[in-house]
Amino acid sequence: MDNKVNYLLRLGDNAMILSQRLSELCGKGPALEEDMALTNVALDLLGQTRMWYEYAGELEGRGRDEDKLAYHRDAHDFKNCLLLEQPNGNYADTMMRQFFFDTWHYFLIRGLLSSSDARIAAIAEKSLKEVTYHLRRSGDLIVRLGDGTEVSHARTQAAADELWMYSGEVFVYDAVDNAMVEQGVAPAAAELREQWLAHVASIFAEATLTMPSPDAWMQSGGKQGRHSEHLGYLLAEMQFLQRAYPDAQW
Amino acid sequence: MSKEWPLWEVFIRSQHGLAHKHVGSLHASDAEMAINNARDVYTRRNEGVSIWVVRAADIVASSPADKGALFEPSNSKVYRHPTFFPMPEEVKNL
Amino acid sequence: MYAQMVETGLKNVRSLDDMGAEERAFQERIDAGVKIEAKDWMPEAYRKTLIRQISQHAHSEIVGQLPEGNWVTRAPTLKRKSILLAKIQDEAGHGLYLYSAAETLGVSRDELLQALHSGKAKYSSIFNYPTLSWADMGAIGWLVDGSAIINQVPLCRCSYGPYARAMIRVCKEESFHARQGYDIMMSLAKGTPEQKAMAQDALNRWWWPSLMMFGPSDAESVNSAQSAQWRIKLFSNDELRQRMVDQTVPQAEYLGLTVPDPDLKWNEERGSYDFGEIDWSEFHNVLKGNGPCNRERLRTRVKAWDDGAWFRDALVAYADKQAAKAEAA
Repeated sequence: MDNKVNYLLRLGDNAMILSQRLSELCGKGPALEEDMALTNVALDLLGQTRMWYEYAGELEGRGRDEDKLAYHRDAHDFKNCLLLEQPNGNYADTMMRQFFFDTWHYFLIRGLLSSSDARIAAIAEKSLKEVTYHLRRSGDLIVRLGDGTEVSHARTQAAADELWMYSGEVFVYDAVDNAMVEQGVAPAAAELREQWLAHVASIFAEATLTMPSPDAWMQSGGKQGRHSEHLGYLLAEMQFLQRAYPDAQW
Repeated sequence: MSKEWPLWEVFIRSQHGLAHKHVGSLHASDAEMAINNARDVYTRRNEGVSIWVVRAADIVASSPADKGALFEPSNSKVYRHPTFFPMPEEVKNL
Repeated sequence: MYAQMVETGLKNVRSLDDMGAEERAFQERIDAGVKIEAKDWMPEAYRKTLIRQISQHAHSEIVGQLPEGNWVTRAPTLKRKSILLAKIQDEAGHGLYLYSAAETLGVSRDELLQALHSGKAKYSSIFNYPTLSWADMGAIGWLVDGSAIINQVPLCRCSYGPYARAMIRVCKEESFHARQGYDIMMSLAKGTPEQKAMAQDALNRWWWPSLMMFGPSDAESVNSAQSAQWRIKLFSNDELRQRMVDQTVPQAEYLGLTVPDPDLKWNEERGSYDFGEIDWSEFHNVLKGNGPCNRERLRTRVKAWDDGAWFRDALVAYADKQAAKAEAA
């Protein structure tokens, strides 16, 4: 597969899988205002997914549109990072997953604004405001949950400790990522990682949370299609109708 | 029952508006959350540019007897407007 | 409708002559089409009835997220998924607008939610039915939101200012809901034989419950008469239901689907459709808690609330700490 197509699918799949996870929470949030916010983020991410998939399909030139890409790939062909497919857990888990992702996503999208690929730069431009807001929101919540009650502090710390090992995969570049850097399409890992660590450290400090060690072992494999056991179930639910009725238009 | 989030009144001045208009209320634990929530609740359809939130308890009103984003419009969410779905001519009342 | 059978607590409707001075002035304002606002004098019964009506409506919007939430993770295309997410988000928003309106009457949202969770407060019967196929997403938008619009448009002119204004906002967004539902039905109706069957099956299951949404005939109802005098109910249940039928039957015909009513017939004299008897025992049973999904719907909402307590408390604790710091500074 062409490196850029692969890269675009990685971006699209991250947004797709996270959006899907958030959609599971419809009507089940801890407050009405949170229900609104969660759905808002899910919708924003889905919009971004569609832009990435559209471009990937075009570049690939095999006639795969956004729905073919979303509904007709099996788990081993999905290229999202492992963090996004982790289950929603309790609300601290949900928000910590969100915060770790939003921080990376914000710096990434900013980096993509100056991509040598004009279409990617344009998609990044369109996504920037949303992604900026998502980070603001998830950061605000982590601060409040960390520095809230003893219970919220404990849960939020536990979520940070649990999800930490999934937070590094985005910075582990393989041949595909490196090709993108070489071509000036995507920002290098080192700078992104530095920005990420600085921002997380600052929010965690405000939240009275302890940041785990940056040198801790990080899980990976998602980008290369080696996923956790969660993804299969997620896709089975998501893809059911298209698989069950292959001739249908919806 | 645990302590309830206070009530906030929300005022929005739209992109070409001259003044902030009261659009409704919501519950939030503090001002920052109120602004964030107001954006999510009240600016979903190209609706707002400037948001004010005020604690309902801080509003002083005249007695009736006395008569008399941060945030940017979301242009890509076109499908929210009913005209996006072309309805056949023959079908009425939609 | 979304607020079905709202009790006014009154036994008879009084005429202007029987009213005290304050109440007469109040009623005359209503008769003149002037809005009543939050701080205006109002009879206790008006205030209480409005709280019931508006909060029932709000609860319906919130619970209404669940039948659709049931299919959002299985939406068959990314576009349909986006649209459904937007609709669900709107419903949460509508709930919020309506709770806001209710709160202007001197009740807190937490109190209202308490009433819902304890089973004391009702929400529309329609949301106690299960969503069994993707076609149900179409049927709900088309029939349920379609019915809601018929009820809500007149409420934009109701006597209570905050409620009327909330309704105007809601109505602006609601026509998108009805259209997206019908758009789904059109895709299915002209799709594969299996899709068409799916659409017909959804219509079969959602038709009668949608008619029941308008509530039983209220020609004899004192509550309805009082609400009419207060201009918080502008048309009778039967009138609204008839409007819904007359509007919807041609839409079903356009789809090539059959309305599941053998007694449905155009009545040239009345200029309306005659339709079959509604099984009101089903309606009353559903309201009583015996519908297919009553328990699940309420349990889901209660669980979300209970599970969310620590989150809500945490945010309050943070806000209090910050306030204390600010004061000390």
